[in-house]
Amino acid sequence: MTSETSTGQDTTHTGNGRAQTGVHIDPSAVKTGRPDRSLSDVPDPVIECKGVDIFYGSFRAVSDVTMLFGRNEITALIGPSGCGKSTLLRSLNRMNDLIEGARVAGVIAYHGQDMYADDVDPIEVRRKIGMVFQKPNPFPKSIYDNVAYGPRVTGMKVDSMDDLVEEVLTRAALWDEVKDKLGQSAYGLSGGQQQRLCIARTIATRPEVILMDEPCSALDPIATAKIEDLMHELRDDYTIVVVTHNMQQAARVADRTAFFTARPDEQTGDRTGMLVEFDRTTVLFTKPADKRTEDYISGRFG
Amino acid sequence: MATTADAARAAITGRARGGERSTRSLVFLLLLWLSLLIAFGVLVTLIVTIAQDGAGRLDSGLLTGYSASVPEEAGARAAILGSAWVIGTTAVLTIPLGVAAAIHLEEFADKKHWFNRLLELNIQNLAAVPAIIYGMLALGFLALLGVQNKNVVIGGALALSLLILPVVIIATREALRAVPDEIRQGSLALGATKWQTVWRQTLPSAVPGIATGTILALSRALGEAAPLLLLGGLVYVTFDPNGLLSGFTTLPIQIFNWTGRPQAGFHELAAAASVVLLVLLLAMNALAIFIRNRYQHRW
Ligand SMILES: Nc1ncnc2c1ncn2[C@@H]1O[C@H](COP(=O)(O)OP(=O)(O)OP(=O)(O)O)[C@@H](O)[C@H]1O
Ligand SMILES: [Mg+2]
Repeated sequence: MTSETSTGQDTTHTGNGRAQTGVHIDPSAVKTGRPDRSLSDVPDPVIECKGVDIFYGSFRAVSDVTMLFGRNEITALIGPSGCGKSTLLRSLNRMNDLIEGARVAGVIAYHGQDMYADDVDPIEVRRKIGMVFQKPNPFPKSIYDNVAYGPRVTGMKVDSMDDLVEEVLTRAALWDEVKDKLGQSAYGLSGGQQQRLCIARTIATRPEVILMDEPCSALDPIATAKIEDLMHELRDDYTIVVVTHNMQQAARVADRTAFFTARPDEQTGDRTGMLVEFDRTTVLFTKPADKRTEDYISGRFG
Repeated sequence: MATTADAARAAITGRARGGERSTRSLVFLLLLWLSLLIAFGVLVTLIVTIAQDGAGRLDSGLLTGYSASVPEEAGARAAILGSAWVIGTTAVLTIPLGVAAAIHLEEFADKKHWFNRLLELNIQNLAAVPAIIYGMLALGFLALLGVQNKNVVIGGALALSLLILPVVIIATREALRAVPDEIRQGSLALGATKWQTVWRQTLPSAVPGIATGTILALSRALGEAAPLLLLGGLVYVTFDPNGLLSGFTTLPIQIFNWTGRPQAGFHELAAAASVVLLVLLLAMNALAIFIRNRYQHRW
């Protein structure tokens, strides 16, 4: 199962003087679960994962993930709890660096540049690859300052902050609801509004990729629908990776879907997450190649 | 069916052993109230007696008069100003140092490292060290520097700063810890540096907690006499303190001295000065409570 995508070299990032550029994956090497399909049609991959293992201390949470994230596509990561979706997502913009003991082996490349190379600044990575969290987490500041915070701290050159705030809030489909109370605390907004504010705040720094970890799991169906509409809107300009537990949501919003599962490691017995199948959403949901995918999407598992 | 329903009813209505209305709980409740009553009673008695004793001298002379050999002419002006100088200097010395130390320990230091764990343990122990030890420490420090006259504002402030520094560090760390991690994560995910995150998110969110803890610590310093007495606290001051190297006395020292005099007039003066000190302390504590309630974040 894993040998066909093996990268041949096992690279860990423990300061061994790496400065790799031009890391690209042969799309035909990406496991789709079906021998007859390759992913050569993934458009212009922005992020590429090649033989990625992610560890917490000595515990291997994710093993040997090879996949691509295409430009202006929405990629959904699905799978049972604990299979490492959040772990993989956080390592795509080096938020995992903040967790003590977290370590990535293999290659995660952004436009062919190894993101974990020694000369890469994680701060810069996060400016290019933003993140929206499961629980809306606005800052205890005004709505305006929540949006302006990113551009301010990153020292972005902005002609008019007011215009930027309006543009971004409009983009996040929130402007009409908040335009009269920009100076009020973001904590006064509803959960759904707060989450759209967090999305607005993320796009204010003009990232290229937005990572979302179960962005709707704390929201009601109406607020969820609004976020899903917003994701469709944003796809024109951004590359989006979304973790979701909601199969319908993945089917509705995602161009491609990756199904992960966790299985006990032969040697250690730890439950290690692995990529089972990665394909166009329509294919994955209608003609899953792997029995485990089929069981999961039909609700028989996990 | 009927029997299980009966049993269920009985279970919630019966006066079971541990029920809220059992004799044991009632006795316990009564004891709790009694303890509260005793504590409160002592406090009220104290305040009322002091106010009665000092009533005769709660006049403007108390606030404007300097030390004098006859009680009728004496006042606590120098002591009040001295207290203000020393506490103000203590605040200036302690707050930046204490907050910076807390930020380092809480946000930057590796909490699992043995050295930081040792530091943490020591800070907690230092908070429990008797005040007079800090007076001795300050005394030794000033002697080492070759300072002859140790009863100067900066010397007293040094002793009191050492005394409350651990308390300020602990209170600040708690305030920082109460800021949810989601705030830090949100900031870092936008490409803010760790410093920007601390400076623009974590610290501002923690300010109410820091202010409360610091004010309470300063009010402890305001009531301290022991470390200052050790530095040779003056008791006969006929001038306003006017700088860091000025001689000074403080309210607790002045009260301590007046209480020890034989004349009844000085005892009355001591009671009146105690009322002033109590009012100042209550005002500071009230301010701390106000800040806590007014600016506290509800996450
Ligand atoms: N900070 C951490 N430290 C140690 N282990 C962790 C940490 N975070 C996650 N793990 C472990 O890594 C594995 C994958 O966790 P992760 O949160 O990525 O799963 P997930 O697929 O996002 O699950 P869920 O659907 O419940 O969110 C789990 O076994 C989990 O216990
Ligand atoms: Mg998760």
